[in-house]
Amino acid sequence: MTVFEKSTTGRMGFRLPKSDIEEREFDFPTHLTRQKPLNLPELSEPDVVRHYTELAGKNYSVDKGFYPLGSCTMKYNPKVNEYTASLEGFTEIHPYQPWEFTQGSLKLMFELKEALCEITGMDEMTLQPAAGAHGELTGMLIARAYHLSRNDTKRHIALVPDSAHGTNPASAAMAGFDVIELKSTEDGLVDLEELKRYLNEEVAVLMLTNPNTLGLFEKDIIKIAQIVHDVGALLYYDGANLNAIMGRVRPGDTGFDIVHLNLHKTFSAPHGMGGPGSGPVGVKKFLAEFLPIPVIRKENEVYYPDFNLPKSIGRTRSFYGNFSVLVKAYTYILTMGKDGLTHASRMAVLNANYLRILISRFLKIASPRICMHEFVVDGSDFVKQTNVKILDVAKRLLDYGVHAPTVYFPLIVHEDMMIEPTETESKDTLDRFAKILETIIEESKTNPELVKNAPYRTPVRRLDDVTATKKPIYRWKK
Amino acid sequence: MHPYIPHTDEEIKQMLHTIGVQHLDDLYKDVPVTIKDLRIPEGLDEFTVVSLLKSLADKNKVIEKSKIFMGAGIYAHYIPQVVKAMASRPEFVTAYTPYQAEVSQGTLQALFEYQTMICELTGMEVANSSMYDGASALAEAILMAHRINEKHKILVSKAIHPEYVQTSHTYASAQKLFFKQIPLDNSGRTDLQILKESVDDDTCAVVIQYPNFFGVIEDLKAIKENIKDVVFIVVAEPFALSVLEPPAVFGADIVVGDGQPLGISMNYGGPTVGFLATLEKHVRKMPGRLIGETKDIEGNTGYVMILQTREQHIRREKATSNICTNHALMAVTNAIFMSTMGPDGLREVAKRSYSNAHYLADRMKEKGFNLLFDGPFFNEFAVRFTRDYDSKWRKIFEHGVLGPLPLGWYFEEYRDCGLACATEVNTKQSIDEFVELLGCGEL
Repeated sequence: MTVFEKSTTGRMGFRLPKSDIEEREFDFPTHLTRQKPLNLPELSEPDVVRHYTELAGKNYSVDKGFYPLGSCTMKYNPKVNEYTASLEGFTEIHPYQPWEFTQGSLKLMFELKEALCEITGMDEMTLQPAAGAHGELTGMLIARAYHLSRNDTKRHIALVPDSAHGTNPASAAMAGFDVIELKSTEDGLVDLEELKRYLNEEVAVLMLTNPNTLGLFEKDIIKIAQIVHDVGALLYYDGANLNAIMGRVRPGDTGFDIVHLNLHKTFSAPHGMGGPGSGPVGVKKFLAEFLPIPVIRKENEVYYPDFNLPKSIGRTRSFYGNFSVLVKAYTYILTMGKDGLTHASRMAVLNANYLRILISRFLKIASPRICMHEFVVDGSDFVKQTNVKILDVAKRLLDYGVHAPTVYFPLIVHEDMMIEPTETESKDTLDRFAKILETIIEESKTNPELVKNAPYRTPVRRLDDVTATKKPIYRWKK
Repeated sequence: MHPYIPHTDEEIKQMLHTIGVQHLDDLYKDVPVTIKDLRIPEGLDEFTVVSLLKSLADKNKVIEKSKIFMGAGIYAHYIPQVVKAMASRPEFVTAYTPYQAEVSQGTLQALFEYQTMICELTGMEVANSSMYDGASALAEAILMAHRINEKHKILVSKAIHPEYVQTSHTYASAQKLFFKQIPLDNSGRTDLQILKESVDDDTCAVVIQYPNFFGVIEDLKAIKENIKDVVFIVVAEPFALSVLEPPAVFGADIVVGDGQPLGISMNYGGPTVGFLATLEKHVRKMPGRLIGETKDIEGNTGYVMILQTREQHIRREKATSNICTNHALMAVTNAIFMSTMGPDGLREVAKRSYSNAHYLADRMKEKGFNLLFDGPFFNEFAVRFTRDYDSKWRKIFEHGVLGPLPLGWYFEEYRDCGLACATEVNTKQSIDEFVELLGCGEL
């Protein structure tokens, strides 16, 4: 039942304090005064609590169990981060308050930026973008501004591997580039010959995710950076998979010029049903003048926002960014430290490889190589044998109380599952997950209908999303 | 051992054995070492971290709520504890995008209800399930308008939040779009004559804020009559929408705004949430996720993501936007807040804000500070102070009061002016004291 159907006219879950100021009638012109009644639910406070507690009960979450969505880094979200981000000295600050009196927030942002530059090997950073894709747009606009500043106006192409996240080509297009998709090798790695074929003085940027979406590290990255730079193009790093390599290799050291991070992945800020996240963008020194305004700086122990960047791409959103997400990431970095971050990456890689081996006993893995923090299962043979789809397997997993991996991505492997366990899961959890998956593979052979009609134990059964899109219902109506 | 990482030495050994390698480093064969020792400190226990964070928070000056007289996009309002308690439930906080709908019905239903509430506030037919903030929502609305009619000229009222305009310029910088600013008349409304004359065959969209950046309530009816059939984009404030006629009534095509006033702390400006609503005929040009109602195989009502072929994960470079991560948790916070307040609660707060702002304006006028414009306003208004208001504003702050925004930051010609705001959190006492302070000679 929707919240609207729980409404009773006259109820309210809120009471204002008394006021000594006389209440006035609105003096808006009649035709601008609301005539259309505002139909919002009318509930008491306990009604509100019951409704949202009921909804909460219908959600799967990291706090509930294993959530191995590939490329999403669903690691545990530490409770202390939520606490520090809720401190009144952070939450009750207006962004236009004089910066002399927001030194705590500015210092936090400055130190976070310094730490992220150190982890990625970049020279300067903006914390303004609200999400990974927002960071991509920011980074690609910086690339555009750089080329134009050199009167290099021919560069209209962004090269994007076919294994990339959909946001890469979409962001490149929004930044005004023509996107050319590069075919990957079977492992999903960059095909050097293919790359060379497309590299010329019309190419502005190559966007790469490293490790890539198959969980493999581009071992030729130094060579790739060299040939990209040789034609005057820039190299862009999608930080979605940074969780594999912290404390060992820095994107900046392998030739990347622009990096975006996802603080809601690698740096433990929660995903909030899809956001808010935070997508800082780091650049090498020669690109720093193009960063969005303001850049946070420090002079004589005083922190301030610097708006004086005449070549800046401008603003990509209001104010400073998703500040409370920044507090969570900063808290995480202090808690983990250099030792903890390095350890986290190593355990993420250990977990992925361990689970890969367990699963390889009954399903084909897309690449036989040692993986980084995630790996991809190639289900095409399984589908042929059983006529059960990978989507069905995903739905059946829900019945066993775990979340399904990412399915049908990356697009270069068919009927695939992309599995990223993260470092915060124990060996027991991985053992149990592999067992469940093996059971489902067995069920698919012995009783395929059982799997095809899953799930059974979820708050609703399989949903009809085809009709939902064909005859869309966008809102509740009486 | 680290509190977040469960592996014991024994388990690591067993796992390496299963994988068939000797050392952890064997897993990194393909990966060069470019750094041996990160220059960041060793990790710390939770208790030390909390005290470090508290000391940072203490370096910020928290202004008592009743002494905040600034809005300009971020507003001080009361937030009932029930909103915070429900919005911080881990089932909402630690869930991902609802890709597996059957175990994400909480998220999907809450967002479906949110979409409905935004439709109610704006009068529009479809709302998406959130954008990052009001500024990026406007930027996306402008790109959407270009997809609708493929024209190039964007007419932007001078009274649009300057950071929204800057953001729109950045988003549009790589597209072939041109912006023209439309000045204001003496009442503080967008100049209708100039607006009318500026509309030509290549005009894509008109952008109007309601109430506008200077607090004045624009006459959307008169504007619509002067812009023919160009895409009409309205940037709106949600509390004002609870008492003003919704933009849909006047023929708006896209309504955007920021949901911060609806139950979200000021948070130094973020995260807030952007809303974006439109008409059904434009829905395929719309950016962002949409949730729709459907049935499961047993006929039970459920909710799923719909019209995903507009989105980047399917359409890639041809998508309507690159947005993926959005601000779902903040959208749900808005929905919880609106469920708690109901229509009467929103109206009461709107009326209290209105009454307080008009009381503040009257008291200022008594002290000889005149309003910049004479058009009707809701909870914000521009007021003329002295030649250099910025330095006065800083002195006011030293008295523990966050005074009106110095308009000279964004408009050279208004260097002597401030943008004042009052909401339900201000009191007669705090207003009277503030006005006395303003009148005091030493400022």
